[in-house]
Amino acid sequence: MDVMPKWADALLIPLISILIAFVLSAGVIVAIGEDPMVALNTMVQGALGSSYGWGYTLYYTTNFIFTGLAVAVAFHARMFNIGGEGQAILGGLGVALVCLYVPWPHWILALPFAIIGGALFGAAWAAVPAYLQAKRGSHIVITTIMFNFIAAALLTYVLVELLRPAGAMDPASAGFPEGTHLPTFQDMAGLFGITAFRGAPANVTFLVALLACVLVWLLIWRTRLGYEIRAYGHSEPAAVYAGISPVKIIMVAMLISGALAGMMAINNVMGEAERLVLNSVEGAGFIGIAVALMGRSHPLGVLLAALLFGFLYQGGAELSLWTNIPRELIVVIQALVILFTGALDNMVRMPLERFFLMFRKKRPAEPATAPKPDRKSTTAAE
Amino acid sequence: MTLMQKFLGASAVLALSAGAAAAEPALIFDLGGKFDKSFNEAAFNGAQRWAEETGGTFREIELTSEAQREQALRRFAESGANPVITTGFAFATPIEAVAPDYPDTKFVNIDGFIADIPANVRMISFSEHEGSYLVGMLAAEASESGTLGFIGGMDIPLIRHFACGYAQGAKAVNPDVQVIANFTGTTPAAWNDPVKGSELTKAQISQGADVVYAAAGGTGVGVLQTAADEGIYSVGVDSNQNHLHPGSVLTSMLKRVDVAVYDSMMAGADIETGVAVVLGLAEDGVGYAVDENNESLLSEDMIASVEDAKSKIISGELEVASYYATDSCPALDF
Repeated sequence: MDVMPKWADALLIPLISILIAFVLSAGVIVAIGEDPMVALNTMVQGALGSSYGWGYTLYYTTNFIFTGLAVAVAFHARMFNIGGEGQAILGGLGVALVCLYVPWPHWILALPFAIIGGALFGAAWAAVPAYLQAKRGSHIVITTIMFNFIAAALLTYVLVELLRPAGAMDPASAGFPEGTHLPTFQDMAGLFGITAFRGAPANVTFLVALLACVLVWLLIWRTRLGYEIRAYGHSEPAAVYAGISPVKIIMVAMLISGALAGMMAINNVMGEAERLVLNSVEGAGFIGIAVALMGRSHPLGVLLAALLFGFLYQGGAELSLWTNIPRELIVVIQALVILFTGALDNMVRMPLERFFLMFRKKRPAEPATAPKPDRKSTTAAE
Repeated sequence: MTLMQKFLGASAVLALSAGAAAAEPALIFDLGGKFDKSFNEAAFNGAQRWAEETGGTFREIELTSEAQREQALRRFAESGANPVITTGFAFATPIEAVAPDYPDTKFVNIDGFIADIPANVRMISFSEHEGSYLVGMLAAEASESGTLGFIGGMDIPLIRHFACGYAQGAKAVNPDVQVIANFTGTTPAAWNDPVKGSELTKAQISQGADVVYAAAGGTGVGVLQTAADEGIYSVGVDSNQNHLHPGSVLTSMLKRVDVAVYDSMMAGADIETGVAVVLGLAEDGVGYAVDENNESLLSEDMIASVEDAKSKIISGELEVASYYATDSCPALDF
């Protein structure tokens, strides 16, 4: 069964995959006549070389943690939630309504209600596809992806017709009032008398995202509901036999998934833009799928994968800012990482498994791997 | 403390590397990308013309995310670029936030709106409704069916502004004319979806439209192509698109973003700021394109009537209603 030790499965395979993706990317960069070492240096320096770079990297990371967790929770129930994009769009609407229509005295009060607003709207958007899957068997992949377009259309309508301040050309809501402005890392560092993260959008939401990681871990591996979700994900007939209701699990898992995606809005809408703009999610919902795949649906893996994609986003921005590498190529690099870590997993896994097997054969049988005495077989022999 | 040192070090390196090329202008393209055959590309062409004529160089970036707006503005301002020119209305709010932090840098925005313009910002907008009015007149005069099509990108105020001027111009020529307005999509992908543009064009043709006006960025390429294939007229937008399908593109609604960018770069760091500039027919900021590709399509009568309307608009005798003024259009329902 377990051909490889756990660390190899969790760390070695993603690392090798990323390495292959980067080598191929370097080849592409050479092909267009640029220096890959300069490009790598620009990316690393720009994303991780200063507190400013970290401020942007962690901002993107926060987005991807939420959408990655959203997809991961649904994965545990063997459901492919492609609707993170739409759920995050609706979450933005929920957060915007909370921020615009309640006169908040301080962000500490506004934040929990904004979280609830975003989570409720996101969950509501996931509820319809979840119901259709649970009761009518309409495939969740199809319905959630269609709901992304409905969400985009709804947001355009709301922004153009309802929330846009009179006379403004930009289809965006008015700016949120002062009392809802979340402290950025710059403000937080300022409390300790440190000047850092200047102008970067990373904000207190990152801590909320870390908390969400812990809570999702607790939910999936330390609660009865999490056990039921995993049991249903592994085998529906077995779960039904054990008295677990598929309808309930599908609904609950999707509602949690939608709520997590919707909570992303406190980062990009409330924390960064401080108003609701048309294009606020910009694909984070889809990146979440790659993040969850790469992170093996484990919160810690999601966190690390989100960090990698945050690095790719911010590093990519620096790349297009200071070099002549076109932005399309940055998408190519991101796509290669997704391809190798998500889709071509077995390409790395199978040779690696063979390698570990070879390694094991050379050693004498270890006591730990030796078969334990089996009571059944002994009774059979009697 | 170490973080601060790192940051100071990083900005010092930036300042040094930028020192050699001080006062280089910078151009930030909106999410549509610089080769959209339309709005952003017009800005790029203006910058290219400036670079060729003066031998200067400019920095540029194509955005990929909303969070990069402020980032790009700050990074270019910190690297000493001056002026920093941005295309698209979505830059208005980020510029308003960033400009006070960099009082020595001049910022230029095309298409945006800020109520209180900071002292170092120049806002350039165009009277798209006036130019659209003129091409609407030409479209109605060229139409035999009395039905005109309009294909916009996303259903946002700016595009309604185009459609509204177009419908007013058409109705000025023929009060019974029918204008069908459709939009390509609800996501930013709508600006670059030629296939959908083509489908919508076919749908409008089946409803009787024989002239279609595309105000949809890269999507317009598909509209113009289908119009040419189906043997009807089309109207291009922003850049002069007459050459794409000679004989089918009736004219193009010119929005001289290239001139605005060229002039801004020419003025360089001395550009006048703290003002909002509106480029209309009088300033040749908007207009309709006539060249060797469409001369044969426009009769002398058509040209005469349009020129007449143009001079009336310039003199103020004729006023084209702006969608922005009332958030509604007298000639078209959305």
